[in-house]
Amino acid sequence: MVEIIKKVYSFYRDGFSRMTLGKTLWKIIILKLVIMFAVLKLFFFPNFLKTNFENDRSRADYVLKQLTLQGPETLSVKEDL
Amino acid sequence: MNELDLSMVNWAKAQFALTAMYHWLFVPLTLGLSFIIAFMHTIYVRTGDERWRSITKFWMTLFGINFAIGVATGIILEFEFGTNWSNYSWMVGDIFGAPLAIEGIVAFFLEATFFAVMFFGWDRVSKGFHLFSTWMVAVGSNLSALWILVANSWMQYPVGMNFNPDSARFEMQNFWEVLMSPVAIAKFTHTTTSSFIVGSLFVITVASWYLLKGRHVEMAKKSIIVASVFGLLSVGMTAVTGDQSAVVNAETQPMKLAAYEGLYKGTKNAGIVALGILNHDKEPGDDADPFRFEIKIPSLLSLLAKHDTNAFVPGIEDLVWGNEAENIVGVDAKMNRGQQAIKDLAAYKEAVNKNDSQSAELFLTRFNVNSDYLGYGYLQSPEDSVPPVETTFYSFHIMVMLAAFFLFIFVAYLYYSIKDTLERRGLLLRVGFFSFFLAMIASQAGWVVAEVGRQPWIIQDMMPVHIGASNISAGNVQTTFFMFAVVFTLLLLAEITIMVKQINKGPEGV
Repeated sequence: MVEIIKKVYSFYRDGFSRMTLGKTLWKIIILKLVIMFAVLKLFFFPNFLKTNFENDRSRADYVLKQLTLQGPETLSVKEDL
Repeated sequence: MNELDLSMVNWAKAQFALTAMYHWLFVPLTLGLSFIIAFMHTIYVRTGDERWRSITKFWMTLFGINFAIGVATGIILEFEFGTNWSNYSWMVGDIFGAPLAIEGIVAFFLEATFFAVMFFGWDRVSKGFHLFSTWMVAVGSNLSALWILVANSWMQYPVGMNFNPDSARFEMQNFWEVLMSPVAIAKFTHTTTSSFIVGSLFVITVASWYLLKGRHVEMAKKSIIVASVFGLLSVGMTAVTGDQSAVVNAETQPMKLAAYEGLYKGTKNAGIVALGILNHDKEPGDDADPFRFEIKIPSLLSLLAKHDTNAFVPGIEDLVWGNEAENIVGVDAKMNRGQQAIKDLAAYKEAVNKNDSQSAELFLTRFNVNSDYLGYGYLQSPEDSVPPVETTFYSFHIMVMLAAFFLFIFVAYLYYSIKDTLERRGLLLRVGFFSFFLAMIASQAGWVVAEVGRQPWIIQDMMPVHIGASNISAGNVQTTFFMFAVVFTLLLLAEITIMVKQINKGPEGV
């Protein structure tokens, strides 16, 4: 088992160390992920419902309110019955 | 409640379109090129010819560049869901959770194992396992696309779910119904087969450039044979799956079909417009001619959409105002039912809050009667149910005409390759050089048809786009829109620069 892990490790280590163009591509991938998660997600893309509401109950109530208040004028329960 | 800023919705739509279209620059090439590499690798393993090893490694490098620049660009769409489309995101969380989780797991294991073996495995693992890994990358990449396409298909045809008014969520009732819906099958097969065309034309473009320059001639000719055979088969498969998509559209999204065919008045023996220029001033319901110019093939639309030349194909006006003779209910009636559903939903919630379980049960029963029309309750007029006809029509016709052109390219390249005179066909090579760029236009146009053609719905019949949006300011979205435009442009320039540099080096440079 240990032998297999060693082989897999050396496979990946050698593969990465022999990369030429791949090194540039990895730099681009890492830079891109940093921009996405450390800048865009963190500062520009807060989750609206998670930021503004504490729990799922209040999130559900808010969404339901959006659904019902953006429709036609609601009638009172008893009138409609 | 504050009035929703409609300009925010438009900016959010534009941002989503920008992100999705940018993401889609990379995906079809990955899906198509992965299979071409697998074919080339197979030829190498079966023949032992070192020239095929070199060819495989060259295209594998270009595949790697495209994959690296494109990877994770789709994640931004998920950021946008949470920020700009929070109502929608909340409501579909349960439906999208399973497919997207599977996609994430598949992608992780695929990339961590088979990608590594494919790129690092030359002379390090057995030829058989190496080839198996290359095939797994091709199959896995395409399967990975399946899950996101299933999620998209559910928005076009929401099945296998139930709306829970307590959690305000669509909850999955039947995973298999979602996975195997006719829309999902048609979308997955049409998207992947058309992406195979994109991959094939990428090879044709690069190889044509080599032939025009007189460089790497043998490699280019061998690559063209693989690409043109695969491309030709893919055009055939795309035509079949495209036909299936039209049949499914006729059944599940007839308004989209009517829009991309420019069909205002429904008819039996409906003809298909092979070529046409729409009348820009035409409005549903007026007497103006829909076309300024058209070349129509009689009965073909009925045949393609319903597989019966005598079948009635409804037009935009039939769907908006109804057609009693054809048993088509108009949008007005659906709006009434949708409005009733919204009222009953509000009444149900109020009854629950008052702990009035008897009333709650009654309103819930009434809501369920009309819930299939919920989205219509938010429309202001029946005409709101009509998508932008011109954008949908032209995008569809550009896609179809380009597909016919690609058929010509593949046949011509294969014919002259067999005759071994391709190098002397300068004009064909020049035309072929541009084919990949045209393929990208066709592929993007396909998505424009799918997404613009289903407007105004974010979830077909259940939720119009503006209801899914967050109540945030347009300024926030504008800022990130322009940031994305800059970041995406830089990434695209990086891809083009690296790709062109590598192509210039040729197979010796890998």
